[in-house]
Amino acid sequence: MKILLYGYGNPGRQDDGLGNVFIDRIEEWIKKQGIEGIELDSNYQLNIEDAEAISGKDLAIFIDASVEDIEDYCISKVTESSEITYTTHAASPGYIVDLCKQIYGKAPVTYLVHIKGVEWAFKEGLTEKAVSHLEMALEAIKPFLLNPQPLIDGTAEYKTCN
Amino acid sequence: MAKKITIEPVTRVEGHGKVTIHLDDNGQVTQSRLHIVEFRGFERFVQGRPYWEAPVLVQRLCGICPVSHHLAAAKALDVIVGAGTGEGLTPTGEKMRRLMHYGQMFQSHALHFFHLVSPDLLFGIDADPAIRNVIGVAQKFPDLAVQGVMMRKYGQEIIKATAGKKIHGTGAIPGGINKHLTEEEKQSFLNGPDPMNIDKMIEWSHAALELFKGYHKENAGLIDSFAAFDSSHLSLVRKDGALDLYHGVLRAVDKDGNKILHDVDYQDYLKYIGEEVRDWSYMKFPYLLEYGKENGWYRVGPLARLNTCDFIPTPLAQKEFEIYKAYTNGKPNNMSMHMHWARLIEILHSAEMMKELLNDPDLLKGDLVTKGEKQSEGVGLIEAPRGTLFHHYEVNKDDQITMANLIVSTTNNNEPMNLAVRKVAEDQMTGQAEITEGMMNACEVAIRAYDPCLSCATHALGKMPLEMSLYDAKGNLVDKKRS
Repeated sequence: MKILLYGYGNPGRQDDGLGNVFIDRIEEWIKKQGIEGIELDSNYQLNIEDAEAISGKDLAIFIDASVEDIEDYCISKVTESSEITYTTHAASPGYIVDLCKQIYGKAPVTYLVHIKGVEWAFKEGLTEKAVSHLEMALEAIKPFLLNPQPLIDGTAEYKTCN
Repeated sequence: MAKKITIEPVTRVEGHGKVTIHLDDNGQVTQSRLHIVEFRGFERFVQGRPYWEAPVLVQRLCGICPVSHHLAAAKALDVIVGAGTGEGLTPTGEKMRRLMHYGQMFQSHALHFFHLVSPDLLFGIDADPAIRNVIGVAQKFPDLAVQGVMMRKYGQEIIKATAGKKIHGTGAIPGGINKHLTEEEKQSFLNGPDPMNIDKMIEWSHAALELFKGYHKENAGLIDSFAAFDSSHLSLVRKDGALDLYHGVLRAVDKDGNKILHDVDYQDYLKYIGEEVRDWSYMKFPYLLEYGKENGWYRVGPLARLNTCDFIPTPLAQKEFEIYKAYTNGKPNNMSMHMHWARLIEILHSAEMMKELLNDPDLLKGDLVTKGEKQSEGVGLIEAPRGTLFHHYEVNKDDQITMANLIVSTTNNNEPMNLAVRKVAEDQMTGQAEITEGMMNACEVAIRAYDPCLSCATHALGKMPLEMSLYDAKGNLVDKKRS
């Protein structure tokens, strides 16, 4: 089983770095648990080369800060999307999945973890609220790294974004 | 009825952008403006911070071209630590930075061409947006899509190897660089399995250039006239007049190719360049002081660079440069859409430069840092993918930054982008009663040629769809479209 966890954002802009910090934190935990087959990555933004990064994986989980109207965190299944956003210098997870499928013939089952952020200034470090949201998201994802099959089968139960 | 058309935000460019076009009762364009919400707080934010933090701090500005800010800041701080301007670094320090920079240029230009431009070229500007995107390219031209993805990845890997990491790289430090390239990295970049090797990158760069030239051959009327206008051009050039994207002297030429800024030392940029503030825009309008606010504006970026330089110091790109220059009989090229042609020549040049550098033994050994007598002020310029980028810092005796002034590439292109929008508005929207997808996209195509980056560091989910509003002369909303 090949899994990719990919957090993205700008850690120099406070809570925009939630995805990056998630990766740092989960890396420690994965090492302690001795879990193998999980690849970790993080960057400022998703971009077209990430279609190659997720290719060949069975499961991909993106983690991003969110300004959406959610309480703390939520998880959504990523569906293919050729939707043009206002910028293609930064691509959406759905765009990456679609591109991967078009180029490589198939794409992994993909999820997006949305973690609510509140401040976006030129500062390092997450706000207290964002940290609490991060902790909840970490605890929600950990069981699926020990047993990812339900996520792949689509039978997993998790906090959705609806 | 007089109308005001608002396109907000502009799709497929960075950050916030809004286009407003005013039509009079006869449908004639009376005014057009590109409004950009640029966050200027950064210059104040760095005040009081230790100067050596600047090359890392400035990467908070932008998630797209952090390397350009990283290097421009480092170049300014080279002056402050007494390492001089460009030539003062050790061979290893300068060449590692150059490799980082050409990797950045390569991946950024490749992304722009394959992701933003190729859909327009392959499907046409007026094609259905549902297919006119990189997914559409992947469906119809899968090999081309793979090339775009892998060229971008190759450049990113070069950056990672030279800057140390993908996020908040620390490679460039005041006075030099903090690491060598390893033999393993060198061999991987030079001779890695296909397609991840430099020869394949050069081959694909050439192929992308041929794709554009082929399209241009069949569509010269559109490409040559679309948003074209005369302008001056400004960039760094090497002291002997060669294209140099990392370091040089500052040169500007007018629309006819006459030098109007004569290869000056950029440490003195304030003697030559001013920044005008206009009440309707957050972004300043730079201009050459000698020619005033009205006439002193200029373009920067690939088009400008190929207009200011005398030659390109790598053989394949030089050959293409000669073809490119012959098209305008050696005169400056003022056709906005030829920015793509120029950008593709720069991709090829960047690939050639990476190969030359990767074969240089100085990357693997040698002193990394130069030190000298500390100075209180330094200016760093670099040719970022989108054009000339200025960083200027002053520091106090406690090593704290007391002043920072940045002129980013997109700011340098502020007036030209506004003119490009005006040109398109006049050509496409005069006498039109409503907004069409083709009209919207024509506006975007004109702006996109400049590849603007409009304060894009924060990107979190849930932001900014495209919205276009149409107002009558009294300010009443009469039409609204959303992407």
